[in-house]
Amino acid sequence: MDEVLEVMSDTQFHHAQTAHCESGVISNIFRHYGLEISEPMAFGIGAGIFFGHLPFVKVNGVPGTTYRVVPGAIFKRVSKRLGVKIASQSFSSPQKGMEALDRVLEQGRPVGLLSSVYYLPYFPPAYRFHFNAHNLVAYGKEGGNYLISDPIMEHVTEIDPKSLAEARFAKGFPAPKGKMYYPVDVPKEVSFAQPIRDGIKQACSDMLNIPLPMFGVKGMRFLAKRLKYYPEKVGDRKAVLYLGNIIRMQEEIGTGGAGFRFMYAAFLQEAAGILRRDELSELSAELTRIGDTWRTFAFNAGRVCKSRSANNVSYGELSEMLMQCAAEEEVLFRKLSKVKL
Amino acid sequence: MKKEDVPQDGNNMHEGSFKQLFYATDNAGQYVPVTSVGWEPENVAMQQAWEEINERVQQARARVLAGEISPVAYYMEKTIMDLPLLASYVGKFQWQVKRHMKPAVFNKLGDSMLRKYAAAFKITVQELQNIK
Repeated sequence: MDEVLEVMSDTQFHHAQTAHCESGVISNIFRHYGLEISEPMAFGIGAGIFFGHLPFVKVNGVPGTTYRVVPGAIFKRVSKRLGVKIASQSFSSPQKGMEALDRVLEQGRPVGLLSSVYYLPYFPPAYRFHFNAHNLVAYGKEGGNYLISDPIMEHVTEIDPKSLAEARFAKGFPAPKGKMYYPVDVPKEVSFAQPIRDGIKQACSDMLNIPLPMFGVKGMRFLAKRLKYYPEKVGDRKAVLYLGNIIRMQEEIGTGGAGFRFMYAAFLQEAAGILRRDELSELSAELTRIGDTWRTFAFNAGRVCKSRSANNVSYGELSEMLMQCAAEEEVLFRKLSKVKL
Repeated sequence: MKKEDVPQDGNNMHEGSFKQLFYATDNAGQYVPVTSVGWEPENVAMQQAWEEINERVQQARARVLAGEISPVAYYMEKTIMDLPLLASYVGKFQWQVKRHMKPAVFNKLGDSMLRKYAAAFKITVQELQNIK
């Protein structure tokens, strides 16, 4: 414990840029306590890969699509599977939330924070939408400002207390309510084998077995069917916006849908080495190809968006491509669920 | 995706300095992290989202100047909020916020309500009452 404090008095926090905020925070914060876990490994153990299309959950009037599990779930699952004890708190007022943060930082502990990107001044302005489920790490205070390791940024940065309070206590859905979380007990030795098995089992189940049409592989088909009729249902103008949102959710910073396919493929590759299962390497390569199919879809969707000549043929073709993604992922997850781990 | 295929389509929205990270395979098929300055489809979609926002802001502005709606509606568009979000920031029901978007109702709003809106939009009460 003394050692940790000593290190933290110099506010030493090893920041590594990652692809996604939540798995990135896990990887960075656990490493701080000597638990080396790569971002893809955290993503895989946390069964982060997913798909969901929710036409009734609209953000600025555009139906929502997600390529990952709900925010917070990866963190919860990884902590549980690795036996890391986490303290987690939400607050009724910004003042209480900021005071509590200061107290934990004074103990020399880096803290994970839920926040809205809209209020983070270091984000490129074009990315600052009201997205409330961004994760970042505060690891110290200097001259009144907070030292921030935002996992999707290349370097560490600083933020003033006012902006941080605004970001942590943004309103809307889901309201972060100043949520902060930090490990209080990290085991010295961890075996990844069983957590990997549990993570894979859960991912297969989430992708294949949820008995609702909006989720998993079924969700992709659900979206594909709706996408086909966007122009006639909502008009050309909105159709392009809807389509644009699908791409953004797939490719945008920290949300990366195809990115998540590649990250999960990276996880399978790492898992193959740990569990000594060559089948997982083969499935990793297969998922890499599926990720490429997703990118082809995004590329073509981008062209339709750009031309704005929303003819029904192109939407029909895009729909077929999505059906192809669904078919390929279904095969992959069925195979994965049958691998003897 | 191969390492060499990681797109590097920069555009001004990233402000040149901002790179995101991807996982891609090297020649041996091993996954490695690679940074990217952007990708065309994402840039297109992002730009489009902003064009839509800017258009709505301009429309709202014109309607405020024409006396059809109150500045509340304009600033809501400008800060990329929607009705439920704005209502939760000012602690009102959606129908109340909607009422405040009528110029006649807006003009009778008390100081404390105006301050709430100004705080939500991060502007002064003067700026709220006189849009640029």
